[in-house]
Amino acid sequence: MTAWLRTGDPFAVQATDLTLAYQQRPVLWDVDLEVPQGVLMAIVGPNGAGKTTLLRTALGLLRPAAGEVRIFGRPYAEQRRLVAYVPQRGSVDWDFPTTALDIVTMGTYGGLGWVKRPGAAERSRATAALAQVGMQAYADRQISQLSGGQQQRVFLARALVQDAQIYLMDEPFQGVDATTERAIVDLLRALRADGKTVVAVHHDLQTVAEYFDQVTLLNVRRIAAGPVEKVFTEENLRLTYGGRVAGIGGRGNGTPLDMSP
Amino acid sequence: MDLLSDLFLDYTLRTVALGSAALGVVSGALGAFAVLRRQALLGDAMSHAALPGVALAFLVTGSRAPLVLMIGAALTGWLAAAAIVYIVRASRIRTDTAMALMLSVFFGAGLVVLTFIQRQPAAGKAGLDKFLFGQAAAMLESDVITMASVGAVGLLGVLVLWKEFKLLSFDPDFAATLGMPTRRLDMLLTSLLVIAIVVGLKTVGVVLMSAMVVAPGAAARQWTNRLGVMVTLSALFGAAAGVLGALLSTTAETSTGPTIVLVATGLVVVSLLFAPARGLVWTRMHAWRSQRILALEAVMSDLAALAAQHSSDATRPHDVAALHAVRGRALVDRALGELAADGLARRHDGGGWSLTPRGLAEADRLARMRRTPDNDL
Amino acid sequence: MTSAQVDVLLVAVVVAAACAIPGTFLVLRRMAMMSDAISHTVLLGIVLAFFIVADLNSPILILGAALVGLLTVVLVEALSRTGLVREDTAIGLVFPALFSIAVILISSLAGNVHLDSDAVLLGEIAFAPFNRFAPFGVDLGPIALWVMGAILLLNLAGTALFFKELKLATFDPALAAALGFSPALIHYGLMAVVSVTAVGAFDAVGSILVVALMIGPPAAAYLLTDRLPRMLGLSVVIGAASAVGGYWLARLLDANIAGSMATAVGIAFILVLLLAPQRGLVATARRHRHQRWTFARQMLLIHLATHEGTPSEADESRPDHMQRHMRWPPDFSDRVIQTATDHGLIVLKNNQLHLTPQGRTEARAAAVR
Repeated sequence: MTAWLRTGDPFAVQATDLTLAYQQRPVLWDVDLEVPQGVLMAIVGPNGAGKTTLLRTALGLLRPAAGEVRIFGRPYAEQRRLVAYVPQRGSVDWDFPTTALDIVTMGTYGGLGWVKRPGAAERSRATAALAQVGMQAYADRQISQLSGGQQQRVFLARALVQDAQIYLMDEPFQGVDATTERAIVDLLRALRADGKTVVAVHHDLQTVAEYFDQVTLLNVRRIAAGPVEKVFTEENLRLTYGGRVAGIGGRGNGTPLDMSP
Repeated sequence: MDLLSDLFLDYTLRTVALGSAALGVVSGALGAFAVLRRQALLGDAMSHAALPGVALAFLVTGSRAPLVLMIGAALTGWLAAAAIVYIVRASRIRTDTAMALMLSVFFGAGLVVLTFIQRQPAAGKAGLDKFLFGQAAAMLESDVITMASVGAVGLLGVLVLWKEFKLLSFDPDFAATLGMPTRRLDMLLTSLLVIAIVVGLKTVGVVLMSAMVVAPGAAARQWTNRLGVMVTLSALFGAAAGVLGALLSTTAETSTGPTIVLVATGLVVVSLLFAPARGLVWTRMHAWRSQRILALEAVMSDLAALAAQHSSDATRPHDVAALHAVRGRALVDRALGELAADGLARRHDGGGWSLTPRGLAEADRLARMRRTPDNDL
Repeated sequence: MTSAQVDVLLVAVVVAAACAIPGTFLVLRRMAMMSDAISHTVLLGIVLAFFIVADLNSPILILGAALVGLLTVVLVEALSRTGLVREDTAIGLVFPALFSIAVILISSLAGNVHLDSDAVLLGEIAFAPFNRFAPFGVDLGPIALWVMGAILLLNLAGTALFFKELKLATFDPALAAALGFSPALIHYGLMAVVSVTAVGAFDAVGSILVVALMIGPPAAAYLLTDRLPRMLGLSVVIGAASAVGGYWLARLLDANIAGSMATAVGIAFILVLLLAPQRGLVATARRHRHQRWTFARQMLLIHLATHEGTPSEADESRPDHMQRHMRWPPDFSDRVIQTATDHGLIVLKNNQLHLTPQGRTEARAAAVR
């Protein structure tokens, strides 16, 4: 009997007792994560806290040493089509000969299965998704010719095309301009209004309360998790960042309170 | 045009041209992926590592059939690639070191096996040393058929798994989240690179075959931003380099491999210089033009600022000595000349300059454009 | 052993030692493939210099080779700086092109000179003893020994003299630049040394063995030590041992000497890879097995600590729960629980595992890591 069946309410994403080590060096120690459906959740913690690792484990990209991740109560491999992924910008090859529209079309590959190529239907869906993030004018641009914010919006459009229930994003606000940041926030809220669930690794502590409903504070172990207003306290932040945070409003000594420009 | 008529009439030349074209198409198309996946040097390591495979295949089977030698070459080439990946994963040795090590060790082992062959009765040994630098003239119809068939298998693989290979090369993590078996696809695509290499071994030779895998792709990348176009162009460039190089080497009696490689390098140089949008000549000209436009705009806004200080008469002449001091005489004078030619500024009798009413309007428009925040940057 | 054999062995050992020194820095600076590129392109320098001096024994040839070696580096860097191709592609374009020019130039000279591209690739150390250095009729040994001896001394002196700079530029180029040592100067200096060593060595052993001797021994040494001076020393020793071993392998098999030496380098590397005391595969596997137990015990303790005092504790601390959640095989799970109990870290009560105070301390210590 797994936990969600006992509580009767399957979480969108649920990790239990997740432990993961690189070369026996623990990156996640016995982490539990429960993300209810229809919320925007931020994962917050210092560098090396295992935030990206947690996301990658949820996506089945890493194999945990212990514990498991379930998507609506079932293993990821069975629920792939319900999950979309926005990788950290910079994890792809920028000089690759591909256009913005082409990248968004890649979001349809999962539904196509082997061998079959994307056709007119897939391309029109991709065009629509590009329009949704305000990038239709740039459909034919090569990706390195786009600004950081534009690139990020292209990758968001790719996730939108996947038409998923759960969106996992690795630092979607990193290195984007103010306009894109607003566009992303609007998009996140639209997703929530549609009953979708978003889990995002986030660096900017000052905007957590504004952008997200729920937060998980992580530093190798889970420090706290829940609604932002209950969990996002100075005490918990101090536990997470090891006493280096002076306060949410001010800058602590050397702590990356605000990573986005 | 003797060469051209020979090409259609002469059996050997025709065979050479057909074979080199096949080799070029295959190595060009499959090599494009190697270029994108940063496997240029892996290709070099694999082609050197093919030598012991060729020698062993001959030693074991006693056959010089092209398919047999290709299979041998592919096996050791693939083994070297696997060893490189394994050493990097299992130890602190890094990729460049693992590649250089495997390249030289496999090649050395190949030399050892070659000496075994040389000790055999003379009948069998001829031909294998050609694998070092390749010899197009020795190409037979059976070679061409084998090269084309093996290459076709490789090309078919790319066609069938096009979108999978594309995503794997661009964003492997995303491919994995879609449920694609990225490790197996990676191995498959690397195996296709082995095919691209072994197809050309007899014509170009183990030492230089890596260039045939790299050069067409590097040239093709400059002309397009679409993968499909790039792979097609790469195949065409490969074929052009193959045919031209092979024919040149046959008529000029130079070694085939080096000649083909130099032709392919020539294609790369032309592409790097003249490809639209990316080529160096193009980007230099573009930079030069935008610098000139920037200078024009700067001088215009300077003049507009001077005019604003004397609101009574906006077109009254100003001494440009101050502008000379700030921006440099040559730049300012050239810009003023161009502005005057466009009717945006004019020189007064006393030697002073001012903007024309049209110039003032244009400067105002530019200033307003600059004040509007650029949303995209 | 005949005196010719002694000469061959001496040349081989000196070549190996001379190669290992710049090779160590190539390996550490992640530029191992430059040895492959340079050892091919120096041929062009030799050919071009030969056109000028028309003498295969002139030292000008070494100068020409060194210059073309540097040209290779400059071209590769210029090409990758355009941003149009990546560095690996740039290397893959430049050295085949320069080498091709050299091969074609040589074949145009065919018949006139004893210089052919096969010999350059493969080398023939067996002939080294027959080319004697005999000024004023006094036989002082093979020329190759004198040439490579001089290059070895040069490499030793250069490394000793610029040791601090080389070390700094290798491990922290930014700091080196800040301290006023130009990393570019050191970079090109190293590349010049690689070129000179390659050209001196390939006459005897061929360009491919140059790569093997430059990269193989330092790669093996890199698995044996973390300290630069020791790595240099070990590289020289492993290189010399491989050269000697390769020579005897060649005698045994009656095979090509350069090829056998490269094979011997490969064998030496595999032996070190397997058996190195700290980083060898055997040692690593043994350590991982041990760590797996420690790690599993820590996982158990931390799991119990996490759920201690929570409502789900009763469920989470059942012994059979561990198998399912940690995905441990039953006997592994039993053994982990057994050893943790034996160490006094946990106790079993009412089919539930509880931390002892000592276990709690260890869980806390492990979690902090």
